[in-house]
Amino acid sequence: MIDALQDLLPLWALLASLGTAVIIFALRDERRRQRTFWNLFGASVKLLLVALLVYGFLQGRSYQVAWEVVPGVTFHLAADPLALLFAMLSAVLWLVTTVYAVAYLENSAQRARFFGFFSLCVAATFGIALAGNLFTFLLFYEALTLATYPLVVHRGHPAALAAGRTYLAYTLGGGMALLAGTVALYAAVGEQPFSPGGSAAVAEWAAAAPGAATVVLALLLGGVAVKAALFPLQAWLPIAMVAPAPVSALLHAVAVVKAGAFGVVRIVQDVYGHDVAADLNVTPVLAALAAVTILYGSLRALAQVDIKRRLAFSTVSQVSFITLGVAMGGPLALIGGLVHLVHQGLMKITLFFCAGNYAETLGIHRIESLNGVGRRMPLTSVAFTIGALGMIGFPPIAGFISKWHLGLGALAQELYWVLAVLVASTLLNAAYFLPVLRRIWLLPAPAGWPGAPAWRRGAETHRWLLYPALFTALAALLAGVLAAAEFSPLNWAQRIVEQEYPP
Amino acid sequence: MATLSLPLAFFLPLLTALAVFLVRARRAPWLPLLGALATVVAVADVVRQVAEHGPQVHHLGGWQPPLGVELYADGLSALMLGMTALVGLAVTLYAGPYLRGKGYNTELFWPLWLVQWATLNGTFLSADLFNLYVMLELLTLTAAPLAAMAGDRPSLGAAMRYLLLALLGSLAYLLGVALLYGGTGTLHLREVGELVGADAHTAVAAALITAGLFAKAAVFPLHMWLMPAHSNAPAPASAALSALVAKAGLYLVLRLWLWVFPVLLSTYMGWLIGALGALAVLYGSLQALRQPRLKQVIAYSTIAQLGYLLLLLPMVVIPAAAVHAWQGVAYHALAHGFAKSAAFLAAGNMLYSLGHDRLEGLRGLTPYLSITVLTLGLAFASLMALPPSGGFLAKWLLLSGAISGGQWPWAVVIILGSVLAAAYAFRVLAVAHAAPPAGYTEVRPAQRVPRIMEWVPLLLVLIVYAMGVTAMPALGLLEQGAPEGLQ
Repeated sequence: MIDALQDLLPLWALLASLGTAVIIFALRDERRRQRTFWNLFGASVKLLLVALLVYGFLQGRSYQVAWEVVPGVTFHLAADPLALLFAMLSAVLWLVTTVYAVAYLENSAQRARFFGFFSLCVAATFGIALAGNLFTFLLFYEALTLATYPLVVHRGHPAALAAGRTYLAYTLGGGMALLAGTVALYAAVGEQPFSPGGSAAVAEWAAAAPGAATVVLALLLGGVAVKAALFPLQAWLPIAMVAPAPVSALLHAVAVVKAGAFGVVRIVQDVYGHDVAADLNVTPVLAALAAVTILYGSLRALAQVDIKRRLAFSTVSQVSFITLGVAMGGPLALIGGLVHLVHQGLMKITLFFCAGNYAETLGIHRIESLNGVGRRMPLTSVAFTIGALGMIGFPPIAGFISKWHLGLGALAQELYWVLAVLVASTLLNAAYFLPVLRRIWLLPAPAGWPGAPAWRRGAETHRWLLYPALFTALAALLAGVLAAAEFSPLNWAQRIVEQEYPP
Repeated sequence: MATLSLPLAFFLPLLTALAVFLVRARRAPWLPLLGALATVVAVADVVRQVAEHGPQVHHLGGWQPPLGVELYADGLSALMLGMTALVGLAVTLYAGPYLRGKGYNTELFWPLWLVQWATLNGTFLSADLFNLYVMLELLTLTAAPLAAMAGDRPSLGAAMRYLLLALLGSLAYLLGVALLYGGTGTLHLREVGELVGADAHTAVAAALITAGLFAKAAVFPLHMWLMPAHSNAPAPASAALSALVAKAGLYLVLRLWLWVFPVLLSTYMGWLIGALGALAVLYGSLQALRQPRLKQVIAYSTIAQLGYLLLLLPMVVIPAAAVHAWQGVAYHALAHGFAKSAAFLAAGNMLYSLGHDRLEGLRGLTPYLSITVLTLGLAFASLMALPPSGGFLAKWLLLSGAISGGQWPWAVVIILGSVLAAAYAFRVLAVAHAAPPAGYTEVRPAQRVPRIMEWVPLLLVLIVYAMGVTAMPALGLLEQGAPEGLQ
């Protein structure tokens, strides 16, 4: 009995978020305490279940939930190391973001709707993580679009609605490409579960019909590239910044953008296999696009005066490191890409939390108003600094580990131009983050902050706004310092790569 | 005895209609619901029997054809009956409070609606061409008064147009049936199908019958009556008309082409009909994008969504595509039935509460009608084929058929249709999410929507999401008595 229940653990974890969403939808807007309880309860249960999943996996259990949906097509959840990496990331960051969002949206309208869709969003992300085949992946990938839309337009003003339209135009368009590609793949080779190193049937088909295989791969990658904000499909992301800060944090660090990047990993590594994709000449194009995106995002970030928009363009640039790592091929580069999935999440969510804190506490939205804020909000500013330095790639923060492995991978694959891209991006990152840090710490503070709500003048900020940022900043720091430890993100990424490239 | 539930599925709603007419709903308000529940039980039994024992036949009064009337239920009939039963139950539960609250005459509504339900069941159960004619006529004669219930100029005009076109369609259908009878001497679907040849005589009959049914089902270019008729009817009637009545016409188109006229179904013919379906998909969606009122958007969406059903005919002649397309079309008919009726009932709640359904007047609505807006969103998500809805699985199957069979134009139509559906759906949902304009006093609903009117549509739309979990039970049922090559 217990065993049977435990075999269905992926399903329980999925239902934990779905159930939370249903309960929260049913609560009326003014039931604040109850909603906060269910939010935190749901997020904690989810984290616990995912932790059990990881534990069971380490004990050698294999979790497979599958049933036939239409003839020849199954709904399939499976827990492989890559799935668990993403699931764990989303479960941890969901709990943290929930704490943050509860405080952030304390007095705003429509909180039941917000938190309901927030939970749905995480359910979809978990489904994406544990999808065992392309159909299941598509299912949750599209559901994510639906769940995030109400979050993007949450504020309901014309700019939010316009952003929502742009967001939908891009993501639904990408979804259609992914749908067409998936159906075509199923029509050609039938259902293939995700398998490390690519499926044999797809490899045979690609050898027999390279033209069709290339078109299908392009459709699939085009579909996920939209959410991964790969150039030239990145325009929706900065526009979606009108959403409240917790949503931006979630969109950028965990859910939407990562779903796209994760899809790139799955499709290149576990459907086609890197070698097949390279033979079809798709990965060089992908690597080139990723490199362009990295530089383009950084250059655009330089020109932004709004904090959140600068961070958004930084996301465009940073997420493409994942794609770059996958596209380069070889174990080292893949490690770099996979570990960046986690590292970028930790660092970027820290930065967005801090940006939200500045805005909520002092009414600061623009970079030029950050002068001297380090003395007014020291802890937030320390967290921001850790995030920013990590993004640049300062050792020993997490971002350094990613870039180091990417660089090693480029050397191993003899792709020397990638090194140039890495160096250029580091310089650009420094160019758009260091002036911000200089303002925060070195420039004199103005006499007062006109945008600050009066009652908050005493404390640095609301505690529930501060602790999440400190927690994720610490995590980003530890992920770098303790990278060699067992169960660090790096260690886990190596575990995945051992499967993808068996020694 | 075993197949008694077949006639019961037809006669129970009919007898209830009669009883309600005689006793008056005012005096026995529970009567329609009782009849509806009894019908649902009978239909559930039909579904169970077909699933367990294959297609079911019943000869009314024990008279064998050609003298007697044969009732016949295969998997496709059973699915349509089941969908009709669930939607019908929802409409019955919803209609009472809605009509009372809006001041409609319920004494008129109940007999009309219950006869319509009986007729729908009769359509899905009939196995001969003349009975089908009677059913079609009855459908029109109940649907037109339902569309006219508001009694104002727009709805009367719309109902009149509907009536005239539908009667014209019936005439064309009857002419075609007469030709077939003259040629074959029988009216039974299967016997006619075995006897007809691919000659001019059959072709003329097929053309007349198809054109007649197209008029009744509002297939492009005979669609113009649908939008005004469906959008001006009271919400529960709109739900029944859009989800069930119009679909019954298309059900017959498919049934007749697959069972009676397969000899005529060449690639060319399939393309001709499929092209009309594709035009309906694109035209209906584009029109839905431009409508200022919610019910008009939903009504145009019906024209578009019904168009997909016709894509079966071009794909069924291609072996690689046939099974997928057959399953996809049947599943689409089901998913659309639930989603569309839920959408119309949700729109009814907005009308009920605000007194209008103009899109720009729906801003800032969500706090008061959150369940309704959620229902509408879920229904639209299925119409635009987003997972995890039944609509998604239907599109998946259709698209699988189109791509496996190398039918690229249809694949493009299916994808384009979904994109357009998303465009008109989010046009509505964006308004529902919008904050009220600045300086605007909050919208207070004039009337509180009764609980049951909020929950019935939500439960209805949740069926579509249950359908999204797995399609295997429905597709297993569909195999019972499916035409050769489609099993």
